[in-house]
This record gives sequence, C-alpha cells and structure tokens, in this order.
Amino acid sequence: MTRYSFLLYVAGNTDRSKAAEANLRFLCDALVPGTYEVEVIDAGERPDLAEERSVLATPTVVRLAPPPQRRVIGDLSDHGRAAVALGLPNHEKLPPERQ
Amino acid sequence: MAGSNPIERIPTGINGFDHVALGGLPAHRSTLVSGTTGSGKTLFAVEFLSRGITHFGEPGVFVTFEETATDIRRNVASLGFPIEQWEGEHRWAFVDASAGIGDEAPAVGAFDFGALLARIQHAVRQTGAQRVSLDSLGAIFTRFADFSTVRHELFQIASTLEDLGVTSVLTAERPEEYDGVTRYGVEQFVLDNVIILRNVLQRGRRSRTVEIVKFRGAPHRTGEWLFTIDPQDGIVVVPVAFLTPSGHASLERVTSGNGKLDEMCGGGFYRDAIILISGPSGTGKTLTSLRFVSAGLAAGERCLICTFDETQEQLFRNAAGWGLDLKAMRDSGLLRVVSGYPEEASPEDHFLRLRRAIEEFAPSRLVIDTLSALERVVSPRSLFDFVIALMAVLRQKEITTVLTASPTGRLMPAGTSTVTGEIAGLADVWILLEYMERVGEIRRAITVLQSRASAHDQSVREVTIDEAGMRIGDPLRGISHVLRGTVGTARLWPDTEETEGP
Repeated sequence: MTRYSFLLYVAGNTDRSKAAEANLRFLCDALVPGTYEVEVIDAGERPDLAEERSVLATPTVVRLAPPPQRRVIGDLSDHGRAAVALGLPNHEKLPPERQ
Repeated sequence: MAGSNPIERIPTGINGFDHVALGGLPAHRSTLVSGTTGSGKTLFAVEFLSRGITHFGEPGVFVTFEETATDIRRNVASLGFPIEQWEGEHRWAFVDASAGIGDEAPAVGAFDFGALLARIQHAVRQTGAQRVSLDSLGAIFTRFADFSTVRHELFQIASTLEDLGVTSVLTAERPEEYDGVTRYGVEQFVLDNVIILRNVLQRGRRSRTVEIVKFRGAPHRTGEWLFTIDPQDGIVVVPVAFLTPSGHASLERVTSGNGKLDEMCGGGFYRDAIILISGPSGTGKTLTSLRFVSAGLAAGERCLICTFDETQEQLFRNAAGWGLDLKAMRDSGLLRVVSGYPEEASPEDHFLRLRRAIEEFAPSRLVIDTLSALERVVSPRSLFDFVIALMAVLRQKEITTVLTASPTGRLMPAGTSTVTGEIAGLADVWILLEYMERVGEIRRAITVLQSRASAHDQSVREVTIDEAGMRIGDPLRGISHVLRGTVGTARLWPDTEETEGP
C-alpha cells in the first residue's frame, strides 16, 4: 500500500497554521486513511529547516512520499483543489465543500 | 527601530554615493533601489553589504530572489569581494530564495511569507547583521499569482527589518526609464526612501545615472548623477566620488617653462593651480604644455601627459620638432604618457583611467591635451562634471595641471558661452592663445585672463614660434580679431586696444 508522507511548514501557532494542519489531516483521513504521516515544522523555531528546503511561503506542504515530490502553498481551504494539487487519490469522493 | 535622530545615516561606502546622499542611507530603514534590467541594482545591493563589511565592519545578510547565491558569489569575485570567505567568518549570510526546483507550487488558500521572514531573522541574528539587501522584489512577483498578498507580505518584511534595527536595500524592477517607479507598485510600501538607477543611451553612448527621489525627513542632493561600473571599483558616482574638503592653498610657485609667461602670471603658477590654455590649432597650446612638462622634468618632478587624438609616437615626433626628447624623458622614468581616443570609453571611464594613472604614478605635473577631443563624445554637462571631478583629485594632491582646449569643437558656435568658458571659470589661470590681424598679417597673441589671487599682466602680447620654442614679445596695440578663436572673447576682452602692460 502507498504510504503518504508530508512536511507541513507553518509560521507560529496561528489560526492559519492550525487551519492548514486541520485541512491536511482532514484530506488524508478522507482519502488515504491510516496510511499517511504529517510532520509539522514551525519555521519560526526551525528556520534552518525552512532554509534547507528553500521554503518562502507558509503554510507550505511538501509531499515527500510517494515520489515525485510536490509542493502546495496556502492553508488548503479549497479541499478539492488541494487534493488534486497534493496528488491524493479518489479526490472526487470528497464530500461537498462545507461553508 | 528608528533612532531618535531623524536623519541618522548609514554610509554605504559606495564610491561617491554617500556624497549624493549627504552621508548615506537613512539608518534602520528600508530604501528602495529601482531600475531597469542592467541598471546596476544587484551590484548596488551587493556593494552595500560588501562595503559595510570592508569599510565599517558591519555584517550583512543578502536575500536573493533572482540569481542564486552561487551566481552572486561568482559574479562579484572580480570586484575583490570574497563572499565565500566572509560567509565562513559569519560576516555575510545568504538567504537564497531564488526560484529552484519544486518551487513552482500552486497556491491553495491564504498564505504569507512567514518562512522567509523567519529565515531572514535567523540569518540576521546569527551574523549580527546591520545591513540587509533584498534583490530583487520583482522576481518574487513572477512566482505568485496573488500580487496583493505579495505586496502585503513584502510590507511585512520591510517593517520586520526596521523592527530588527537593520538598514536595508530592496531592489525592484522598472519596466522602462522615465515611467513610474516600479513594476508591481512595489513603491507603495517603501515609499519613504526611493533611489532610481538609470541606464540610457545618450548620443549613442550608454549613460548611467543615479537619482535619489526621496529620503523621508532627510536632505539629499537632487537630480541625476552620472556613475560608471568599474571592473575594479564597482559603482563609482562621478564627479562627486572624490570630492574632499579643500585643504590649504599652496603658496609655492612653479615655473611654466617660459620665463616671460611666468612673469605674466605673476611669478609662475601656484603649485596646486589648474591652468587652462585655449586657442585654435597652431597657436602653440601643445608646445606650451610640453615646455611646462620639460621644466618639471628638469626640476626632477614626475610628469604625466594625457593625450587624446594623438598616439605617443605622434606626440614624441612633434616634440622632437621642438627639440624636446620625450622618449629620453620617458626612459628616465620621470615621464609617463597616457594616450587614447575619446571614443574608446565613456567620460567616466576616462576619468577612472586617469585617476588610476595619477595614483600609480604620483606626478607633480599633469597635462591633458586636449580636453576638446572629449567634446565629441560627451555632453557639455558630462565634460564639466569630468573636469570638476578631476580638479578635486588634482587640488588635493597639489598637482600642477595644464588643460588645453580648442574652440573648434562642434559644440562651440562662435560667440556663445560654452563649456570651455565654464571650465575657464574653475581654472586658476586661463591662458588665451589667438590669431590676430595686424596691418594685413596674421600673428599669434597670448594673454593671461585670470590668475586667481595673484597679480598678473593683463596685456595682449605677441607670440612667435620658432625652433627654439615660443617667444613672448611686447604688448600688441591696435589689433583686431580675425579668427573668432575663443569663446566669450567679446565679453571677457572688451577693450583690447586700451590695455596697458605693467
């Protein structure tokens, strides 16, 4: 089974950071339940890690696995587009967008 | 955080720029440096940090959005900026935000530049940076579709930099000269301090200028200032690059090489004098300046001759005709000749070449023959700037200097004030050589029109030139001009007939 591995870069414990993490986990739980991992990196605490991957914008999601690597920036509030951009399977099965 | 003094400045160390800026950039603030492609923005940003390290011991952080750090290290190595070494010493840090692989990320939802900000803060803290350069903001706009977010985020960065207390330079693109300040409206968030670099074609020649559009609450010089990008010195703003407060004036006199001319000038030239010799060709300008050189050499002084429009060989041949063996003088090591055609380089580059020769050779006397050749390739304003810049160097070093000018340049319509007249106004001595008509024959005449702070002979004297050189005779009377040799003659020389010798 394909395992999904994500790095989520955020800047501080802000509403935007929390929204991005919640949205990412929501998508994974819906589309790749049980077969994913998310590591959250606070660029404010670990600027070296942001430097290492040349991250400018926050939030930024880096899909490490499966290859190829992908990046998406933003808080992922548009689930449909976020699922496509992250290359998650079965994204057409997502429930209709909540308002 | 702004200091309590509203006009506290951080000198950039960029050649000449701080004179235009009256001290430097506003401290602890962000300054926008805007220009078209190839206007020297990146170099300005690099030099701001490099000169900070070399001149003021201030570490710096370079945030690059366009070129990679590797490119920048390589591109500026020729200027003698050992960036890699400085990085090793923690005096320079890059935040490489250039577009790399995997960077073409789609945006889904709201974002900010929190990571970039964190990286910049981190680099500033690690190096103790006092200077930060961001180059160039336009590059980041091309990577994100949402311009208003980018603008807002850049504003955040600019204000964070001010909170950190660093002085920063942010570069941005202009789509074309003389049209707005920047593309993408970048100026909207750092409008306090704006500098524009221009790179335009003028009369078929590339001309670079720098203009300070505004510094909040801080005075600065206005208008466009010429600068050049020198392979060794980087950005050099001419003519102000080498202006230094004038020191004392020399009271020592040196000989012109012609006893009679010395007399006319009140006992020779002051050692720090600038002498302008003007006259049409054939009146003895070159001869007079070569006599001036040979007198210097005879006194054991080093002499530098800069000729335009004449090769060293031609000069030596002409001099031999007057019995001057310049080749032997050159071989003695006391004489150096710099020759070149005006078209070879811009006036700024000629200036730098000359300044370098002056610094290396350290002459006591200098001849430039002839300034008018430069008129073919530069505007009167540029030539004037060139002379001002040169004078600043020469006076400071107390180099006795003879400049020659002929009225044959195409910029000199008869009877109007021209650049020669303006330059004459800056010179200490203006020696006019002219053709005169007297009873149906054409003769040569000499007069000394001004000799600052020194009594001098105001008569018009006849000059003859023979194999022994120039002989200055008695005052001429009852003469009239046949060839409108010199500019402003009518104004400056109204009563020739009545003028009496001493």
